Amino acid sequence: MRTRLTPLHLLAACAALVSVTPLLYLFVRTGSAGWADIWQILARPRTLELSVASLGLAAAVAGTCIALGVPLAWLLTRTAIPGGRLWLIVAALPLAVPSYVAAYTWLAAFPWLQGFAPAWAVLSLVSLPYVVLPVAAVLSQVDPAFDEVARTLGDGPLRSFRRTTAPLLWPAAAAGGLLSALYTLSDFGAVSLLRFDTFTRVIYTSYRAAFDRTSAAVLSLVLVLLALLFVVLERAMRSRHQQWRVGSGAARRAERVPLGPWRWPALLGVVGLFGLAVGFPMVVLVRLMVQSQRFEADPGSWLAATGNTVQAAGIGAVFAMLLALPIGVLAARHTDRVAKGVESAAFVSHALPGVVVGLSLVYLGLTVAPALYQTLAMLGFAYAVLFLSNAIGSIRSATAQVSRNVEEVARTLGDRPTRTWWRVTARLSAPGIIAGALLVLVTAMKELPATLMLRPTGFETLATEMWTFTTIGSFSQAAPYAFVLVLLAAIPAFALARLTGRRS
Amino acid sequence: MNKVGGAVAVLAVAVLGLSACGSGEPATDQSAEAAELVVYSGRSEELVGPLIEQFEAASGVQAEVRYGDTAELAAQLLEEGDNSPADIFFAQDAGALQVIEDEGLATSLPADVVKKVPANFRSADDQWVGTSGRARVIVYNTDLVPAEEVPDTVFELVDPRWKGQVGIAPTNASFQAFVTAMRVSVGEERTKQWLEELIANDVQTFENNLAILDAVNAGTVELGLANHYYLFEKAAEVGAENLAVRNAAFQSGDPGNLVNVAGAAVLTSGADNAASEQFVDFLLSDEAQEYFAEETSEYPLVEGIAAREDLPPLSQIDGPDLTLDQLADLRGTHDLLIQVGLL
Repeated sequence: MRTRLTPLHLLAACAALVSVTPLLYLFVRTGSAGWADIWQILARPRTLELSVASLGLAAAVAGTCIALGVPLAWLLTRTAIPGGRLWLIVAALPLAVPSYVAAYTWLAAFPWLQGFAPAWAVLSLVSLPYVVLPVAAVLSQVDPAFDEVARTLGDGPLRSFRRTTAPLLWPAAAAGGLLSALYTLSDFGAVSLLRFDTFTRVIYTSYRAAFDRTSAAVLSLVLVLLALLFVVLERAMRSRHQQWRVGSGAARRAERVPLGPWRWPALLGVVGLFGLAVGFPMVVLVRLMVQSQRFEADPGSWLAATGNTVQAAGIGAVFAMLLALPIGVLAARHTDRVAKGVESAAFVSHALPGVVVGLSLVYLGLTVAPALYQTLAMLGFAYAVLFLSNAIGSIRSATAQVSRNVEEVARTLGDRPTRTWWRVTARLSAPGIIAGALLVLVTAMKELPATLMLRPTGFETLATEMWTFTTIGSFSQAAPYAFVLVLLAAIPAFALARLTGRRS
Repeated sequence: MNKVGGAVAVLAVAVLGLSACGSGEPATDQSAEAAELVVYSGRSEELVGPLIEQFEAASGVQAEVRYGDTAELAAQLLEEGDNSPADIFFAQDAGALQVIEDEGLATSLPADVVKKVPANFRSADDQWVGTSGRARVIVYNTDLVPAEEVPDTVFELVDPRWKGQVGIAPTNASFQAFVTAMRVSVGEERTKQWLEELIANDVQTFENNLAILDAVNAGTVELGLANHYYLFEKAAEVGAENLAVRNAAFQSGDPGNLVNVAGAAVLTSGADNAASEQFVDFLLSDEAQEYFAEETSEYPLVEGIAAREDLPPLSQIDGPDLTLDQLADLRGTHDLLIQVGLL
């Protein structure tokens, strides 16, 4: 059957092409090596060993994020847990903790930590929001009528959840799991401090130890293949669940489940998880500040870095949303091969280490748009390429929740497709879209390697300032910047919490 | 719909308000005229920022500095090639400078400037010059290892006494320079054998020198191979009296005593900028050399400027008998480390 291609297909395909520009660079670099060289790089025993290690770690983190994140999202949106919607703000904050800061603070407290288990735990804690935020966004939108109908037909609460709500959550949870897996593949900070050898470490080592851009490019392409494994896996899990509905009906706000005496253990679990993910690193940083002999308050730099960070990450988020919206909407509304290919392609760059994306834009930027080199526009573009996939899953699952019937009504009333999207779909799927933008914004705020290469010279962000101090071992002076990152993340999280947990 | 509007308003106000705090100046000012000298610095702003301010004050030249990781900046310079906006590469290790020279991206420095530094601390073709020295040392935990038991030579580290107790940073440029020195001074085979014995002795690998120092201080490992000045950084942070880690030197002639340099090169893209040579000249001035001695606890390389008093003088550090350009074979070291499984 021939696929009928719409303008949306074209738009989304262009966006996906833009997002894979780093691959172009990797092919150029790989192409400069002979097959013999490439084979020699691939045939190193460590290449296979580290692929397995990376896959294992990424799978473990993704599994943990889903296993903890889904119940957590349910507790925060559907139960009468003490604290209520306040927790939705907190739920986004772990994302603002850079993995190397989290790893360092754990090491400062427990110097003997090393290897797989701590890396797994630290990366799971910081990636938890990848699952919690989109799942909470869906839960706040799901019509409680499904559940109620199942209950009236005789299902118990668990069975009803499994048969009605869970299938609606699953796409968002799987997409979140995918993001945490890709983030883990690209991570360098936590695994290097916790001494667990992964594939990304070897890529960094190629640059750092041998200034060998060819090996790094070849290995990065392998990393892309590893990432595609997860993309395909996620798609396979997701395609088992398709949602169809005759009409949207008039959904009510779901009643919150009174937890009774269970609310205290539930609260303990929530406090414990967020405490480990955000509270613990912050407490250790405060301790390091108190113990330090060279800590000096420098409000001028704090403020300047804060402004710069918001500016750069804000531009990045806008660019990322421009790219992610057509892709996400296409993925929600079309299941043809083109749509699938476009969506998969858009996830690839997220698994690439920042240093690879940074260098690729150094090369491509100077070749294609030298005037934009080392400007905020190019930095924003780098953030978009690195993080647009963070928004796609949320946009897709939120759009899928909007009944086509409502869109069709708008069309029959004379609205064109774009206007329909803006007036109907966008508004109904706003929590999901904003959750996506939030994920991009917060992850872009803490980005380091690409920022170091592409920021305007002299333009310091919270992440670069933090790095300045951590390279000389002064975590006390880095600490204020980490605090600001977490505080900053709370602002978009607050905006999101206004939407989530209540139908608009 | 007012919920959505409210949320968007919150975001918009926050973004606009916070953006206003940004310094803005570097972002809006992209004109080449404003910056008279562009420096890519692989050395931290905390370490060299004040020194660059001194340069600006002394010369009247305005320096725009891009701080980054030395190796990543080198990779960036390789990608930029002749289109680089940078005039100067100020690097943390000689290996990165040598790569820039090998790729034809550096220019020759005036002989009278580089001659201030001994020949073994600069490029053979005068395309980069060392500006400060850092000695390789063994660091030990003072609670777990009495000073007299600290190994006298790196070859002792494979002794069963130190099984699982030695920390190294195989991905680190300074460790690799040491391995290169070892290959030159004791031969390829002996070096490979030593590395294999070290691995068999359960050597512990860390990301960098600082991580080694932290681990030795905490007692996770008893010994580590590091650069001398990290101890002083750590002491400045938490106070020397709170540290359970000290530096020690190996015996005379041991490859473990290598002295590395941080240095600078004028890039081809900065060749016609008069301020470039002025900058390199400044780094070798008495003022800058004293700064390295006092502020970064490194070894001044220009004769007549003393290192800090609690360091053994550079002249007494008896390292392997070789010059830094003999350390150019990074590739061979990298291959060896891959071969034995450390990379």
